[in-house]
Amino acid sequence: MSDTPQLTSGDLETPTIDAPQEAPNRDAADPRREVHEVWVAGTEEPEWVKSATDEQAQELLPDTDEPALEIQRGTVVTDDYLDDDTVDPEERQIINLGPQHPSTHGVLRLQMELEGETIRRVKPIIGYLHTGMEKTAETLAYMQGSTNVTRMDYLSPFHNELCFSLAVEQLLGVEMPPRADAIRVLMSELNRISSHLLWLATQGMDIGALSMMIYGWREREAVLAFFEKTTGLRMNHNYIRPGGVAADLPDGWEEDLEQIQATVLAGVAEFEELLNENPIFLDRTQGVGVITPAEIRAYGVTGPNARASGVAYDVRKAFPYSGYERYEFDVPVGKHGDVFDRYLVRVEEIRQSFGIVNQVIATMPSGDYRTDDRKVTPPPRQRIDESMEALIHHFKIFTEGFKAPAGEIWQSVESARGELGMYLVSDGTAKPFRLHVRGPSFAHVQALPAMLTDSLIADMIATLASTDPVLGDVDR
Amino acid sequence: MSDDTIRPDDADEKAVADAIEETVAEPSSIEEEMLVEAAEIEELVAGDGPEHDAESDEAASAPSHPAPDDEVLAAIAADFPEVRWQQVVPALAPAQDEAYVPAESVVAFVERVRDAGYTTFVDLCAVDYLRRAPRFEVVTHLVDTERPARLRIRVGAEAADPSVPTITGVFAGANFYEREAYDMFGIDFPGHPDLTRILMPDDWEGHPLRKDYAVGSVPVQFKGSHKTT
Repeated sequence: MSDTPQLTSGDLETPTIDAPQEAPNRDAADPRREVHEVWVAGTEEPEWVKSATDEQAQELLPDTDEPALEIQRGTVVTDDYLDDDTVDPEERQIINLGPQHPSTHGVLRLQMELEGETIRRVKPIIGYLHTGMEKTAETLAYMQGSTNVTRMDYLSPFHNELCFSLAVEQLLGVEMPPRADAIRVLMSELNRISSHLLWLATQGMDIGALSMMIYGWREREAVLAFFEKTTGLRMNHNYIRPGGVAADLPDGWEEDLEQIQATVLAGVAEFEELLNENPIFLDRTQGVGVITPAEIRAYGVTGPNARASGVAYDVRKAFPYSGYERYEFDVPVGKHGDVFDRYLVRVEEIRQSFGIVNQVIATMPSGDYRTDDRKVTPPPRQRIDESMEALIHHFKIFTEGFKAPAGEIWQSVESARGELGMYLVSDGTAKPFRLHVRGPSFAHVQALPAMLTDSLIADMIATLASTDPVLGDVDR
Repeated sequence: MSDDTIRPDDADEKAVADAIEETVAEPSSIEEEMLVEAAEIEELVAGDGPEHDAESDEAASAPSHPAPDDEVLAAIAADFPEVRWQQVVPALAPAQDEAYVPAESVVAFVERVRDAGYTTFVDLCAVDYLRRAPRFEVVTHLVDTERPARLRIRVGAEAADPSVPTITGVFAGANFYEREAYDMFGIDFPGHPDLTRILMPDDWEGHPLRKDYAVGSVPVQFKGSHKTT
């Protein structure tokens, strides 16, 4: 018997063709066959049109005759233009600026009600850059925390790191060696300079002085090069950590700083020549975006914006940290609270910061750049080979981290934008129980309606830029 | 954890042994702790919170708290007998005054404090203590820029329907901060002009910074990564 299959031919059944498939049931319940309603403009709006076009929860508040919060509406900003009587108050329109507008410095959205060219109501809408960093901070050990917070206000990373590190050190009760404090102050001030230079660049660009943008970026580059040399990165350094700083200053840092100072101060003198007497710049900035001292305090506006309005509050002077009380510097204060004064204050702050930098150079203490508390600072590499304990400390710091005693700490520093505060709650474990970050820009964005209400739409960009919002700081 | 710092230089055998023991003993205790925690969280989320808590017991015997040393605050303390005062002394910074204010009197208290010189609004945030009663706390920081001095105002809120009166009528700047506390913790601020979500999308469910809200993760389309969610 062979297994060869028998070949047959010719007598196979005729292949049948399946009965034609029924066409898919296309009744109304079929989701694929949804009937699209059509709405013709001019007829009454059906519900779905309304819900698709309204702002839902983010609607502007109803325009009441008597504002619920008098101060919140702000003083009426008077401009020297004539209100156009031909605009019918009924003909108001709402337009959105952002979240993708380049002049909003990130992803800020401003919902504005316009009457002609006058802004009547503003509502800042934020959250487009929200990354849940406060929640993330609860999952990171104290050692890892500064990696997280440095990314919040990405234009002043050193201030974020410093604030977090100081808060943790307050909980631990670990004192810094003098050199660590001096390096921290030095980096903070350089960071303030680089941030203000960037502000000058973008402010110039936003009001049409395009060459300012190039100049500002150029001078800032000198500072960033020094950051890169010291920390290895141009931003998000993770250089200031609980327990000190990550590395000592590079060789020849004094000469580098002298060169930076010469470059930047020459640049700043050029900017002043370019802007201070420039009639276009003056027209676009003086008397624009005014905010009063009472509003500054009520809204929690801090930093150069507050000082431009005459509120002489500087965390470095009021609640000194990291040995700021040892350095002499002035806090420039403006009078008018307008865009021009904010410019003047920031330019002067660049000079004052260089004054502090020079004092740090002159008085830089020798010694260690981080604390010798082995519970906080990992031991030097060669100690690990020699000492059992050093190995244990190294292992414990990098596996579970160090524990901080339970308690609540408020720590704030003067960042380039204002008072950067952190409320750190510890439950005695190696991770923060809660870390709340009070970003200065959050308060500044909130105060925008007070500055913008009843001003011209063209002034809006100048005002917005002058408050120096960083959306990473607002949304966190 | 003991406070005495072990330095590498004093090569004390006992210290070494202790440190080793601590390192070795830790994992099992952490696991146990986590189990206990998980059970307690479940219980708490279901119920109203622990009946007897050291904190609340302390609050019951209130009069033991001292009035603040500061003249300005002492005058305020006389007007508000229900407020508990405390001075926090951080390790390396000057002392800060703290006031535990009952929710009913927070608006009057903040107004009084503002008129007494604490004119600058700095911060308002919420904390979810979960295992304490009251579960939530709304913490306000004010600054008197003239003296200068800080004041921390802590207001408790119950686990069920947490609610604290708004202070936007006193400080307009509390507006965004209260919205953030509402968004992240679900704390209601009756009287707030526009209590909507501020950072999360309008249609978001839940309040992400609560302790019973998991950190979570987003599946990434790489090989096998979805299994780790």
